[in-house]
Amino acid sequence: MSDAITPEIFAHLVDLAALELSPEEAEYLRRQLNNQLKAIHELEAIPLDEALPVAARGVPYTTAISQLPRKDEWKPTEKPEEIFQQAPQFDDGYIIVPDIPTTKLD
Amino acid sequence: MELCDLSALELVQLLRARKVSAVEVLEATLERIGQVDGRAGSLDSGPLTEEDKGKVHAFITLTDERALEQARAVDSKLAAGEDPGPLAGVPFTVKDIFCVKDIFCVKGTPSTAASRILANFTAPYTATPVARMEAAGGVMVGKVNLDEFTYGSSNESSAFQPSPRNPWNTGHVPGGSSGGSAASVAAGEGVLSLGTDTAGSIRQPASFCGVVGVKPTYGRVSRYGLIAFASSLDCPGPLARDVRGAALMLQTIAGLDPRDSTTANVPVEDYLAALEKGVKGMRIGLSPDYFRIVTPTPDGDFQEHPLPAEIEAPVRRAADLLRQMGAEIVEDVPMPNTRYGIPAYFVISRVEAASNLHRYDGVKYGYRTPQRVNDLRVMYKKSRAEGFGLQPKLRILMGMYVSAAQYSEQYYQRALRVRSMIRRDFDVAFDPNGPYRLDALLTPTTPTTSFEMDAVYGDSVLMQYADQLTVPSNHAGVPGVSLPAGLDSTGLPIGIQLLGPDYAEANLLRIGRAYEQATQDDDWRKVLPKVLR
Repeated sequence: MSDAITPEIFAHLVDLAALELSPEEAEYLRRQLNNQLKAIHELEAIPLDEALPVAARGVPYTTAISQLPRKDEWKPTEKPEEIFQQAPQFDDGYIIVPDIPTTKLD
Repeated sequence: MELCDLSALELVQLLRARKVSAVEVLEATLERIGQVDGRAGSLDSGPLTEEDKGKVHAFITLTDERALEQARAVDSKLAAGEDPGPLAGVPFTVKDIFCVKDIFCVKGTPSTAASRILANFTAPYTATPVARMEAAGGVMVGKVNLDEFTYGSSNESSAFQPSPRNPWNTGHVPGGSSGGSAASVAAGEGVLSLGTDTAGSIRQPASFCGVVGVKPTYGRVSRYGLIAFASSLDCPGPLARDVRGAALMLQTIAGLDPRDSTTANVPVEDYLAALEKGVKGMRIGLSPDYFRIVTPTPDGDFQEHPLPAEIEAPVRRAADLLRQMGAEIVEDVPMPNTRYGIPAYFVISRVEAASNLHRYDGVKYGYRTPQRVNDLRVMYKKSRAEGFGLQPKLRILMGMYVSAAQYSEQYYQRALRVRSMIRRDFDVAFDPNGPYRLDALLTPTTPTTSFEMDAVYGDSVLMQYADQLTVPSNHAGVPGVSLPAGLDSTGLPIGIQLLGPDYAEANLLRIGRAYEQATQDDDWRKVLPKVLR
């Protein structure tokens, strides 16, 4: 069987995923993806009732056991500097990043 | 036997009777860590030495100073006649996938997810289950290793090497992804551990390391402060030396949390009080669908086999013992969609993982490439390429593929329907008005005992099938407990599993306790893990 995920499809996925890969990594990962797809293809053999609902999670949530949405209240963070200091580059109240590419519209 | 080898309940009782102090218990635990753990996992560990191969390596970060403060606080409360809390003085470890704020500001407690991309991340808040354990008097001794972002069943994918090794045989894996948790409890480096289970990540390592592991009902324990993998499947839960310890810990961490809207508004039962009620009249099922396993072959096929006899025997024996104690054993309960658990999981978990991993971009926190770049998009790519290991990359790519518009109907939507079918199997088995009316299903936990280091890692399909008997209950959301049930011919632990209806943790623990008592004089219970001999 030919690979469902060709080098072209794979390159597109890598770009969408915002990754860069070495040739060795790319070869390994593409092979693993195609192997996993073979397992996933078992799902196609299952006769599915059209009326069968999708399950976003296993446990049903009834109104009785679900939490009410909490009030939309503003609570200030006690020490915002603890959060800012996690940023790789932070200066004068700003998180610094490289240039954001822009395209001029005609 | 040292203090650090006692069970949680025994320790709490000794502490309350003032026969030992929390500081003494902590010192015994730290001494044990010094004896068996070897060097902690780190990003730049260099080659593995011969000495490394004989150690457990459960930890990434030892929080001994924090632990000492907490132990002293427990002792002060006891001295002042105050209630020190239900987990008073019990040393516990935390899988390093939970955020823990460094309240004592002693030397920094990163929350790494065992990934380079979070190696320098210090959480500004503490996860609810950790906060509840500390508030109950528990003493956090450290953060333990795992598969990177929990993606694996052996711990070998951790960016922090040496990765944990099985205390019963350090040439074997501890299982995963809560491998550091299970190894630390088995080796006496923590009496309890907080882990997470997305496809079996508490129960499989518990089984491999001979300890008790509980995956609670989805929504029973808060995920606030848990670094997310697959948000519809992730469940925090206990690993413990015995069922009573697991019950004590679950009691502490379970329940509604306003900070996690998926925690259910269902009262938490008194798990300890229910433990000794016995199993008379309970209906416990066996399913042929849990006595056969699927193995991927090297040429990409999938073969069905009977379960190895060595793994099946303890399940049959447990059924006999429970029957002798008055339970009704119901044979031939059909769970026909069990075999689709892994294929559906390959789709659902990857879509959720890819979504959850988009936040790591080198902007707000975590790793950023040191290379000078002039374009934000290039910075994203380089940071993610250098920060993530192979397993996160694999999950992101698969998640992108199966959720792409042109494939979503074929894969993702279909997998979500298959999840409904898996859930239906459990609904029928546990329906109080149905043909089986089970209180619990009794199964093996894993298809094999612990495998050798390097034997499986790299083959992501084979590794995933290690979870085939645990993952259906994650899809269904129902609770599960893994119990130690003997040793195989090479001396490695074997686990059995109990699965129950939503929020039936009390019943599962009760059955587990009855089984534990029925087997307490078994020879295998007297055998210690090799690192302690």
